Amino acid sequence: MSPAIHVSDLRKRFGVTQALDGVSLDIQPGEFFGLLGPNGAGKTTLISILAGLTRADSGHAAVMGHDVVRDYRQTRRALGVVPQELVYDPFFNVRETLRIQSGYFGLKHNDGWIDEIMHHLDLAPHADKNTQSLSGGMKRRLLVAQALVHKPPVIVLDEPTAGVDVDLRRSLWKFISGLNREGHTILLTTHYLEEAEALCSRIAMLKSGRVVACDTTRNLLQLTNEHCAQLRLDADAIPSAWQARLQHDADGSWRINFSEYADLETLLADLRGASIRVTEMQLHEPDLEDVFTDIMKRT
Amino acid sequence: MSGLSALFYKEMLRFWKVAVQTVVAPVVTALLYLLIFSHVLEAHVEVYPGVSYTSFLVPGLVMMSMLQNAFSNSSSSLIQSKMQGNIVFVLLPPLSYLEFFLAYLGAAVIRGLVVGFGVWAVTLWFAPLQLPHLGWLLAYALLACAIMGALGIVAGIWAEKYDQLAAFQNFLILPLTFLSGVFYSIHSLPPFWQGVSHANPVFYLIDGFRYAFVGHSDTDPWLGLLVAGACFVAISALTLALLRSGYKLRH
Repeated sequence: MSPAIHVSDLRKRFGVTQALDGVSLDIQPGEFFGLLGPNGAGKTTLISILAGLTRADSGHAAVMGHDVVRDYRQTRRALGVVPQELVYDPFFNVRETLRIQSGYFGLKHNDGWIDEIMHHLDLAPHADKNTQSLSGGMKRRLLVAQALVHKPPVIVLDEPTAGVDVDLRRSLWKFISGLNREGHTILLTTHYLEEAEALCSRIAMLKSGRVVACDTTRNLLQLTNEHCAQLRLDADAIPSAWQARLQHDADGSWRINFSEYADLETLLADLRGASIRVTEMQLHEPDLEDVFTDIMKRT
Repeated sequence: MSGLSALFYKEMLRFWKVAVQTVVAPVVTALLYLLIFSHVLEAHVEVYPGVSYTSFLVPGLVMMSMLQNAFSNSSSSLIQSKMQGNIVFVLLPPLSYLEFFLAYLGAAVIRGLVVGFGVWAVTLWFAPLQLPHLGWLLAYALLACAIMGALGIVAGIWAEKYDQLAAFQNFLILPLTFLSGVFYSIHSLPPFWQGVSHANPVFYLIDGFRYAFVGHSDTDPWLGLLVAGACFVAISALTLALLRSGYKLRH
């Protein structure tokens, strides 16, 4: 079975900027895949090449086994792209927009599916409203709906929740996760790393047009074992042996970074030995943001 | 619905939704030209024997309106889509460059014909109906709208800002249409400017179209048809080459 998305040694230069510098990736059917990276890392360029909006200088990209240039018709039928920019056509209402978009894919009688998408994305009450009069969140929903009119097996979401309220985020992820469970492959780029951590089974990190990490989310999270504990004590001073390890924060609490829980255990024992009581303690587990920051620093 | 018919339908719906601006306004403008010029010149000018100035002017005005509106339809649709970013909705689906071309061209031709018919219909009050050559009328109307529709696609793709498109329209399309014998016969010009007019393809479109109405023309309508046909083929080839290469659309 061919990968849902296959990219090998993809390169693209815009003037003096090397937007993609030999990117290779395989995303398997049914995966919820995250593409992370700072601004200008090449995420949108990669998506644009897959979607046929940008032409690569060299390398190869395929969607569901179809070459994005040679078999562009099959590729575009297989791909639903939610663009990053909040764009809309002010001449039409929501239903017209979705019917026209279906028509571009050669779908004549698509009203059943259009109604279903509108229902899931809470667009149904706005079906006859001009797109110009929709709120930002509603426009974003419409973009998602437009990407789904042809039931593509591969869905690409380029920062779909940028500037979107909590309600929409929740309903959007519920809907997209449902599609993923039904077998759709999802490729997501986002700056919200907690979203990527919660949703994506595998993640690639891009930096300056190169893949600097690509692994399962679980394996990536294990790359850093730096835990952090924040403690409040009933004393102002701590045992001298720990003074180098503990940081005193402005709010009066103490912070310690550790990789082994045994370290924490020893600290607590020493505090008890010095008759210092812990009045409050918070533990911070390493998250994707830590891993991301770490990888971006190291590479 | 094929991709082509969906895009054609979208383009039709786009201009029809703002018909006051895209159809009614140009008809009113042409009517104003007719009222002013025929009022001033009717008693003084007889371009062809037995043809009143108003009857001479009407086909020129109809053709000028068709030319400008066909150009305007494809060019403004594309520049708006590019500026607003919604061109992406047309670039993401599996539409070929030929389908893209035919849809924009088809809608531009229809808009040109609708406006042309509107102008002609309102001028019936001022000039009695004469139509000796229906075949020539259709041939020239279609070719004229198609040439300008294709040129509008080129302009819409090339322009990156509204003022670039306005420059294209004001410094190329408008002079070509105004200086092509809409309001006068080129035989009234000095020999040099007669020669210059013969290098303007729009002159042949207006001259041949006028022949369909009044039975008189400055040049042979067959020559005009040949020039117009050649122009259409050349501009279409250019447009298709641009679309195929993805020029300014697919980076």
